Amino acid sequence: MKGRVLVVDDDAALAEMLGIVLRGEGFEPTFVADGDRAMEVFRESRPDLVLLDLMLPGMDGIDVCRQIRAESGVPIVMLTAKSDTVDVVLGLESGADDYIVKPFQSKVLIARVRARLRRTDDPAPEMLSIGDVTIDVAGHAVKRAGEPLSLTPLEFDLLVALARKPRQVFTREVLLEQVWGYRHAADTRLVNVHVQRLRAKIEKDPERPEIVVTVRGVGYKAGTG
Amino acid sequence: MRGAAVGEKATASRVDAAARFSLAQARRLARLGRRLRRSTHAALVALADQWRRSLQLRVITATFVVSGLVVAVLGVVLMQQIAQNVIGSKEKAAGNIASVGLNLAKNTIGVTGTPTESAPQLMYSIVQKLQTTGSSGPGNNYAVMVTLPPRYQGDPVYSGGQNAGFSPGLPRPPAHLVRLVERYPGHLYVVPATMSVVGDPHATGLAYGGSFGSVYQLYYFFPMAADQATLTKAQQTLLLVGVAVVFLLAAIAWLVTRWVVIPVRLAAHGALRLSTGNLDERMQVRGSDDLAALATAFNQMAASLQEKLGQLEDLSRVQRQFVSDVSHELRTPLTTIRIAADVLFGAKDEFEPAPSRSAELLQSQLERFESLLTDLLEISRYDANAATLDAEPVDVCDIARQSADVAQQLAERRGTRIEFRLPTEPCIAEVDSRRVERILRNLLVNAVEHGENREAVVTVAADSGAVAVSVRDFGVGLAPGEEQLVFDRFWRADPARARTTGGTGLGLAIAQEDARLHGGWLEAWGKPGRGSVFRLTLPRLVGGILAGSPLPLGPGPDDVDAEVVGLTATVIPLSDAGLANGQSNGQASGPDQDQPAEPGTDSEVTARG
Repeated sequence: MKGRVLVVDDDAALAEMLGIVLRGEGFEPTFVADGDRAMEVFRESRPDLVLLDLMLPGMDGIDVCRQIRAESGVPIVMLTAKSDTVDVVLGLESGADDYIVKPFQSKVLIARVRARLRRTDDPAPEMLSIGDVTIDVAGHAVKRAGEPLSLTPLEFDLLVALARKPRQVFTREVLLEQVWGYRHAADTRLVNVHVQRLRAKIEKDPERPEIVVTVRGVGYKAGTG
Repeated sequence: MRGAAVGEKATASRVDAAARFSLAQARRLARLGRRLRRSTHAALVALADQWRRSLQLRVITATFVVSGLVVAVLGVVLMQQIAQNVIGSKEKAAGNIASVGLNLAKNTIGVTGTPTESAPQLMYSIVQKLQTTGSSGPGNNYAVMVTLPPRYQGDPVYSGGQNAGFSPGLPRPPAHLVRLVERYPGHLYVVPATMSVVGDPHATGLAYGGSFGSVYQLYYFFPMAADQATLTKAQQTLLLVGVAVVFLLAAIAWLVTRWVVIPVRLAAHGALRLSTGNLDERMQVRGSDDLAALATAFNQMAASLQEKLGQLEDLSRVQRQFVSDVSHELRTPLTTIRIAADVLFGAKDEFEPAPSRSAELLQSQLERFESLLTDLLEISRYDANAATLDAEPVDVCDIARQSADVAQQLAERRGTRIEFRLPTEPCIAEVDSRRVERILRNLLVNAVEHGENREAVVTVAADSGAVAVSVRDFGVGLAPGEEQLVFDRFWRADPARARTTGGTGLGLAIAQEDARLHGGWLEAWGKPGRGSVFRLTLPRLVGGILAGSPLPLGPGPDDVDAEVVGLTATVIPLSDAGLANGQSNGQASGPDQDQPAEPGTDSEVTARG
């Protein structure tokens, strides 16, 4: 498993601690302590995963997240002291794949990191479609009417999970398990925000979704378009 | 025989039909009567209500009544004065004419006074002379007659004077006047009498009488028709004017009260808008009278309120900001400490006994510290009114099952069984699933902890307005009075008991706040030695007001044994539910405790299946 992790956090003690833990698990950590230098270090180190603290001096963590996301689909995990929905949603909407609330246990962190890094490359060529959106699973490409859409890996996985079983309704817990790889006690807000992000990218009218349809009280399913 | 019978039957049926018809009539009348009574009653109630609520109505009615009385009294007095004057002057004029005439007659006849041959001519000339005396003109019409006393049998009565329009003929002198004239000769007497004139057979008038000579009597008849007409006309005019004046006064009263009432209503309206949060509401100040003083005072009050509320809001914001800052500042170093402790704990086997044990203690106490910190921050968020509700339609049964996952591990360690009683259909409600899960997790952990290794039962139920989850355990239970205390912050049932999970003491307090945030209830029931029930009731829709709960707060009649599926309670529609007490189950605010239902007496729960 690839193992370069970029730790963006201004607290030196915490960064060092995280480094100790990550190295203990076989990862290669790199560090940057302020938002302004984050992009530079990111481009230099080409990490496989980014651990991003939101409260940064210089450029705000949210902006760093957006910038990274604009360039790459690398998994980003937010580290934040704020657990209010508003803050969490903001972070997720700006491109993060998951968030962990401080203080956290190191084993929780490691589990999440591994889950994000574990992406089975599907060898079998598989073409799926929902409505006028076509999905090339093996090639990780999504097209609408021939126009390619750019999705992060997590958004892609979410879309594929729904598209593989078009008539099935997925609860948020099931999606967390299948797409994120979390089995217990994970926050369903992750699913909500990612569905919204996905809709913003692939729906003609995100307010009236046709591709990813909400089933009230239960969860989501792939629309028949 | 047969014909008679048929006839009888026909008669009987006719009678029967008639009876039925009249019965129907009676019923219809009764219905009509009832409807009439109801509508008049309703009208009266509406009137009474309007009277109570409208200052204007009361003022106008009072003005009406008082001015009506005053006008009536004045009118009566005025009428009397006018009547007296009119009649008085008429009497005077008539009296003059009569006495002048009597003197004239006396002088003409001389001393003799006894009837002679030429008496008729003499009488006639007297009468003619008398006719011409006295001013003529309308209102001064009168008749004159000369008569012989009745005792002179067979003697004719000499009469003249048709000017006054007597009809059919001249009136007869009233009997008591005749007696007076006879008894006291030489004087002039007057009595009121009715006389028949054109157009009025019973006109009132005055009759004068006096004797002249030794045997002759002179009578004057003055009808008062014209004066009567004048008086009647005056009365009518007075009445009309009086009524007009009363209405006018009432109208003026209406105008004046409007002048005063409108500002008062504006003030009331403004105060209402102020109370709904519109702190910019102000009244217009015009002039410097009492109304202006009212408006000024109102504006001052509003400004002061606005300022105070603004201050409070600022304070609240500052507190929230502080909480948020503290939270952030504490969390980062705590994370480092935590991870360090984890690393040490992971390596404890490589240490000497003392550092190894230290690493264990460090880790466990850090866990405790962390949860205490989280709970404290959560509570302080409620205190600062900074908690937000992320409500979404969720099936509460799912949340119940999820929350059990965490408690399951603890339960397995203790050998406690968790039993679920869920209805077959989903219980969907608009709730914040994170908070509800936290509540239920807390309740379940408590149930397992205090359950003395007996089972814990989770029941979910819903009705049209609410969903409820109750967690029942059969352990130590609660002493009477503790059912309230249990939700207090840092309250422990028994400080001496070993707490295996090391709770913070804030779990139930937070859970109750979470329930309150939804507009729901979290209540407890317990009996020492028999266990306890914690019941969470939430409205199905955000903003719904609870009036009752689908589950009982107590052991319930079916308790452990029966399989209860789909409990329903008496449904209280949300539209009628104010903050009234639900059916014996709690109030809309706070964990106030009602008497727990004894098994068998709980009539609210109907079990199916």
